[in-house]
Amino acid sequence: MGCMPSLSAVSLPPEVLARYEAVIGLEVHVQLATETKIFCSCPTSFGAEPNSNVCPVDLALPGALPVLNRRAVELAVEASLALNCELRSYSRFARKNYFYPDLPKGYQISMYELPLAEHGWLEIEIDGVKKRLGITRVHMEDDAGKSVHDGFADSDRYSYVDLNRAGTPLIEIVTEPDMRSSDEAHALLTGLKQTLEYVAVSTCDMEKGHLRCDANVSVRLKGERALGTKAEIKNVNSFRFVKLALDHEIARQIALVESGGNVVQETRLFNPDTEETVSMRSKEEAHDYRYFPEPDLVPLRISDEWLSAIRSRMPELPAAKRTRFREQWGLSVYDTEVLTASRALAEYFETVAAVSKAPKAAANWVMGDLAGALKAEGKPISESPIAAERLGELVGLIGGEISGKLAKEIFARMFATGEAARTVIEREGLREISDADALSAIVDEIIARNLKQVEQYRGGKTTVLGFFVGQVMKATKGQANPAAVNELLKTKLG
Amino acid sequence: MQLASLTIPEIRAQLLSRAISAVELTEQALRFAEAENPKTNAYLHFCPERALEKARAVDARIAGGEEPGALAGVPVAVKDVILAQGLRMTCASRLLEHFVAPYDATAVTRLEQAGGIIIGKTNCDEFAMGSSNENSAFGPVRNPVAPDRVPGGSSGGSAAAVAQGTAVVSLGSDTGGSIRQPASFCGVVGVTPTYGRVSRYGLAAFASSLDHIGPLARSVHDAAVLLQVIAGRDEADATSAFAPLPDCTAELTAPVAGMKLGLPREYFNGLSSEVGGVIERAVETYRKLGCEITWISLPATAYAVACYYIICTAEASSNLARYDGVRYTTRSESAETLSDLYRNTRGEGFGAECKRRVMLGTYVLSAGYYDAYYLKAQKVRTLIARDFASAFQQVDAILAPVSPFPAFKLGEKLDDPMAMYLSDIYTITGSLAGIPCMSVPCGTTGDGLPVGLQIMAPHFEEARMLRLAAAYERAE
Repeated sequence: MGCMPSLSAVSLPPEVLARYEAVIGLEVHVQLATETKIFCSCPTSFGAEPNSNVCPVDLALPGALPVLNRRAVELAVEASLALNCELRSYSRFARKNYFYPDLPKGYQISMYELPLAEHGWLEIEIDGVKKRLGITRVHMEDDAGKSVHDGFADSDRYSYVDLNRAGTPLIEIVTEPDMRSSDEAHALLTGLKQTLEYVAVSTCDMEKGHLRCDANVSVRLKGERALGTKAEIKNVNSFRFVKLALDHEIARQIALVESGGNVVQETRLFNPDTEETVSMRSKEEAHDYRYFPEPDLVPLRISDEWLSAIRSRMPELPAAKRTRFREQWGLSVYDTEVLTASRALAEYFETVAAVSKAPKAAANWVMGDLAGALKAEGKPISESPIAAERLGELVGLIGGEISGKLAKEIFARMFATGEAARTVIEREGLREISDADALSAIVDEIIARNLKQVEQYRGGKTTVLGFFVGQVMKATKGQANPAAVNELLKTKLG
Repeated sequence: MQLASLTIPEIRAQLLSRAISAVELTEQALRFAEAENPKTNAYLHFCPERALEKARAVDARIAGGEEPGALAGVPVAVKDVILAQGLRMTCASRLLEHFVAPYDATAVTRLEQAGGIIIGKTNCDEFAMGSSNENSAFGPVRNPVAPDRVPGGSSGGSAAAVAQGTAVVSLGSDTGGSIRQPASFCGVVGVTPTYGRVSRYGLAAFASSLDHIGPLARSVHDAAVLLQVIAGRDEADATSAFAPLPDCTAELTAPVAGMKLGLPREYFNGLSSEVGGVIERAVETYRKLGCEITWISLPATAYAVACYYIICTAEASSNLARYDGVRYTTRSESAETLSDLYRNTRGEGFGAECKRRVMLGTYVLSAGYYDAYYLKAQKVRTLIARDFASAFQQVDAILAPVSPFPAFKLGEKLDDPMAMYLSDIYTITGSLAGIPCMSVPCGTTGDGLPVGLQIMAPHFEEARMLRLAAAYERAE
């Protein structure tokens, strides 16, 4: 079998690449944010001593039986609803049989011919163009444990198994082969993550493996209807890697077809170091999972009452929130996109907007000063030192008690200490000076000290006014009301 | 006190009158069982420490004037496919020879809470797969009635222990007849409850959709007492039924006159004449008790053996995957690679019958064969269940033989798996339908070999079934 060197793949001329299109479908595994496992009451906590969060069920002892976690079902239903799926009233778990040391039962409990939900969609937008991508199905399953091949004195001879993760509840989201580029795949994953975080179905922590992605990809000449032979790229653990892996794989397949070869149906692994995909196993070597209905569990029936109870608890989804932000707060499309990027950010903004009663200013502060300060410290919005209510108070004071300039100074103190705006203002004496008498004395002094500039101003060079304003602000440590200073200067210099 | 014929009410009377203590009774029972065991090999191991500890607790309850429980002081034998914490649980397999159970099966918890004293774990076919108890890795069990013959299987040890008198009652498990057939061969009462009536938590799975835990006893009453104790919803078993079991011991003496009993034609063709004769006399007894006897038809019976051996092997191939040498099973010494670890561990560890069933089950679930075998078998299973449902529109219960023949000689069918499988022909239909069934002793053949009468009832009608069995028992 000829092995295609990767260099020839990337060096294909753009006009050749342009004749082809990719067909991409994704399978995304998402860890549900339950406190306990899907089929037993062991905790799902991360980082515990190996093999400590286990019981007869995860260890697959003889006689142990799975019992379905109700909370896991509710989260899976919420995810399905958020992805616009139709919930099946009757779904069934199935056993997926294969041998592996970190799979203690010798089978995974998944869903096969009767999944939890079907026929959903998620909308993505690339360069202002919207596209609706199909979600084939959402089903529930348990995670395997973890094989540890390195780090032990006898790692050359033995592998170790940690079963803490075994039985962690997952949903698998399977998309339709609707994506035509790695950018669309990336956008789908981003949208999926945003949606699932919104409904708090998962924390989607990639580093902890809460979201894992397999991609099916094939290529065909544009305009062709028939699908090419696909390759499956397994377990790519970041969105960026998904894009890189797809780009490499698409180029590899096109190069293969261009050179008269055939794409082989196989499973490939992405190597992040070389940014290439390499063959893992062929179709012939593929497992026969011998699926059959799980006899230890009764079929899952979601009654209308249960479904509507779950539906009523669902938070507002990103799309609805974007529409509402535009209408209720009068925000621009761009501001709306930024502020609804995560549920936490959106909720933060809404509090600032409501407290300050100045939505546009609130948006600017949240997207500008706050985002910048958080980024500098590497903190997420959830760890902002300034509570949303307090930022709202600060923004509300601008234009009244304080100037925008002063507000920035107060903001910096608040960010450092977490204090309320008023506390900072009182302690530091940062109240604005708009009192005409107090300002008048200061202005007189500045004029007296800068006679040369006075002459210039009176000679018609009115831009010198800015110099005087600056001097007054400096003298008052920025506490002077700029409008009042302007007014006074004009009168006195006039 | 005659240990070998003790009943639960007798034990209760003796304990409450302080004629004997639970500890004394347990010590005697253990001594007796250990002494008798070489004759049958019914027990794989005994648990004197656990037994005496539980017996002391019963004595303390009695001394404190508390109700000691429905099974107080009763020596119980438990099939070695059921887990009891701290005791070995081997499934009569080399693979689990050294496995010590770290938790209690729900049935074990319940029977001990009721004061029952587990004295030992009983022999069986490996992983409950077999009809003669000859598939045990630790040697066959001999039938106490005829030591050159098998006790039936797979719960051969549990049936033999009760027949021999070394336990008053025992727990067995039944997937396609594994309680009823050995009960019939050994001349004791064996009850397979409705599927879901008794929690399977802590029963090493053979075929999950068919596995039942049930009691074996020397009297219908004692079987009913044990069933009453172990039955009921268990949160740890998603397939356990919510419906509570009505007090079935209270109804045992109720009359049966006027009840309509059906005889399925399909079960009487091809029956050996000696067994047929015994069954006919039993049917006659019911007629005399005032029951109305009528012939019925269960047409899907013809497909039952094929259907059963597809479903049970499919599930077994998956259920036995966990015995892989990675965690708690005996591990092959000669394994350099992962694939060798699996192959050698399982190749060396499983007996021939287990291998046969794992291979069959793997085959019927394979891509390209699933629809033709597994899916079709599930459809046949539905037809079988429908047969029973429509039969129970006409009759209150069904009478049938348990086995086409009485206990056969050791080794007689060992080389002919098909002949062995056919010995379950009358019991697997009830298992597939999930209905309660039982075997009640109804006489012997000319050679003195016990014959069991099978009584089958609609789902959750154990009380009716046991009442019919008790009426027969009294009439004999």
